[in-house]
Amino acid sequence: MNRTAVLLAGVLLTVASSFVGLVVIPDWQLDPLAPVQAPDGTMQPQKPTGSVAEGRAIYSELGCIYCHSQQVRPREFGADQARGWGDRQTHPVDHIYDAPPLLGTMRTGPDLANIGARQPSRSWHHLHLFDPETTSPGSIMPPYRFLYDPVSRDGAGPPETALDLPGEFDDPDYWWVPTDRAEALVDYLLSLDHSYPIDDEL
Amino acid sequence: MSEMADEPGHPEGDPGVPPRDRDVIRRARIDESCRGPVMFFILTAVVWLLVGTVLAIVASVKMHSPEFLANLEPLTFGRVRPAHLNTVIYGWSSLAGIGVLLWLQARLCRAPLRFHRLLYGVGVLWNLAVAAGTIALLTTHFNSVEWLEFPVWTAATLGVGFLGVMVVSLDVFRRRTKHHIFVSQWYLFGAVFWFPILYVLANMMIHLGMASGIAQATANWWFAHNVLGIWFTPIGLAAAYYFIPKVLGRPIHSYYLSLLGFWTLALFYNWAGTHHLIGGPLPVWLTTVGTVASMMMFIPVVTVAINHHMTMVGHFQKLKYSPTLRFIVFGAMSYTLVSVQGSLMALRTVNETTHFTHYTVAHAHLGMYAFFTMAMFGSIYYLVPRLLGREWPSATLIRVHFWCTATGIFLYFSGLSWGGWRQGEMMNHDTVDFQAIVDYLIPFLWSRSFAGILMTVGHVAFAILLWKMWRGKEPTGEPALFPAKGAPKREEDSLHDRPPESKREESS
Repeated sequence: MNRTAVLLAGVLLTVASSFVGLVVIPDWQLDPLAPVQAPDGTMQPQKPTGSVAEGRAIYSELGCIYCHSQQVRPREFGADQARGWGDRQTHPVDHIYDAPPLLGTMRTGPDLANIGARQPSRSWHHLHLFDPETTSPGSIMPPYRFLYDPVSRDGAGPPETALDLPGEFDDPDYWWVPTDRAEALVDYLLSLDHSYPIDDEL
Repeated sequence: MSEMADEPGHPEGDPGVPPRDRDVIRRARIDESCRGPVMFFILTAVVWLLVGTVLAIVASVKMHSPEFLANLEPLTFGRVRPAHLNTVIYGWSSLAGIGVLLWLQARLCRAPLRFHRLLYGVGVLWNLAVAAGTIALLTTHFNSVEWLEFPVWTAATLGVGFLGVMVVSLDVFRRRTKHHIFVSQWYLFGAVFWFPILYVLANMMIHLGMASGIAQATANWWFAHNVLGIWFTPIGLAAAYYFIPKVLGRPIHSYYLSLLGFWTLALFYNWAGTHHLIGGPLPVWLTTVGTVASMMMFIPVVTVAINHHMTMVGHFQKLKYSPTLRFIVFGAMSYTLVSVQGSLMALRTVNETTHFTHYTVAHAHLGMYAFFTMAMFGSIYYLVPRLLGREWPSATLIRVHFWCTATGIFLYFSGLSWGGWRQGEMMNHDTVDFQAIVDYLIPFLWSRSFAGILMTVGHVAFAILLWKMWRGKEPTGEPALFPAKGAPKREEDSLHDRPPESKREESS
């Protein structure tokens, strides 16, 4: 093969065709997707705003996706639904507002597509983020203590938002108070609820 | 026809100089033209290899011992892991790849490399961008888009910088002195177009929001799969196609198999990326296309494997003394293994178990480390003595480098493959408690940290060798071959690590 023109044409055509096939056409095919009406009358999914959007950015920059997926596979494929991670397969509609979608490729920890519905307790999430061992003994999730501020116990009682650390984890010197980032991250986690039904098959 | 031969007083044009000496002089001139820039790329690449290795160890230890360095946000697992990936991909692998690509292209074109200042500029720019991007990953906001985590200004700098590599490699290609285009050159020619197209388009679609929703995920995996398949793989294969025949002194087994292998790789690798989203929220036709293309990848993989194996047949004993050949053949065999494994992992039944597990992590390292990184080590062992005009100072250190990295990656791969497969099986049985899976994996995560330490020892040995080469003053005499019975003496005119009995059959 000694003709540069043939080589160049082949090199460019192969990559251009796959770009059109795997990126441009899906973008065009999925572009018309719109929110659906949930049984409670709300339109779903909802566009993340305010602290939920901030929490989403924190989820991204702390690299949560390197251990947690946000996608439930079909019923007959794996045990995602049997484990209670969701009642239906994740649908492209669930991600219309996600730029980028935080689908993830790893499950060192469980899937989080519906974590807001599965674990709606705000204080549970704070304790779990502060030190995962408090709620999940044996967990290898890193502690996110840097998202919490220590407040000396010299003064009066605990601040309103101080963590209620269980017995052995209690810090005798400090109250631990969620920072704005911790609150936003928990707001985002609680917003993860894709349990509204979608009829459309993939 | 040759620019060099037209130069007045050039030995190639001097009928008094025997043809064989002319070849040697011509090669020496090409090496001379590569010395500065290619050494710059290789040396800085190895700095990033060391940085990426440290980040890898930190991330690995955190996985089984989460309290390790837990209170500093820049060192949290979710920041260190992408910092590791991006330093080894855009720092070590890309910089080493560019260095090897430029040297191979110059040698195969039989023309010296030009535009040194441009290349130094690209090298400095690229290094600064990777450094700034890595600091950004550790300290500021980044979008968790795997393989594309760098901020958009870092990506833009890398993209612009790469134009310089394109200019230089196409310039030397245009000045090639033979009409014939060698197999390795097809791959190198393709790679310099493919990387910038992939990188710029993927960044535009995702970070500039030109695609939306799930299309950003397909853009992500179109890129992340292709950057392996049509950026790193072509360089690794070009090196294997060049060095195996070169060191053995015999031609590649079949030209036509090479042709088939190249075009089927270009066609099918491009379409395989969506197998990373099997079971995910996207139209089924998209993942099916990915699976079909992955199956078709058997064609280029088997043709390349046959071609390399048939070239090696009867000469495996040469692995005993040639460091270059040992690393390159290790890489070439790993390429076959990782490609066959990757095709199988694209089958829905296999993917159901392996997706979302450490099995995939092991697979990725089989590709980027056992294949590509080992191929780059082998290439560097061949070209640095020719660029610097001196021999490697210690065969023992080369041996430490080879055995630590080879056993390290073997341990890494086997531990995580076993653990990862079981992880997937347990995950697919909802009766198995999630914590039981975590507990089961911990010994395997330790095995990875241990493997990582072995690989680190190898990398340090390699860095010491390169440092000694770079700082060395005197040209040294004997090549650093592994002492074996019948080990060859140095050939009179070159620094080749090939046996004396081999036929001199220059592929360039």
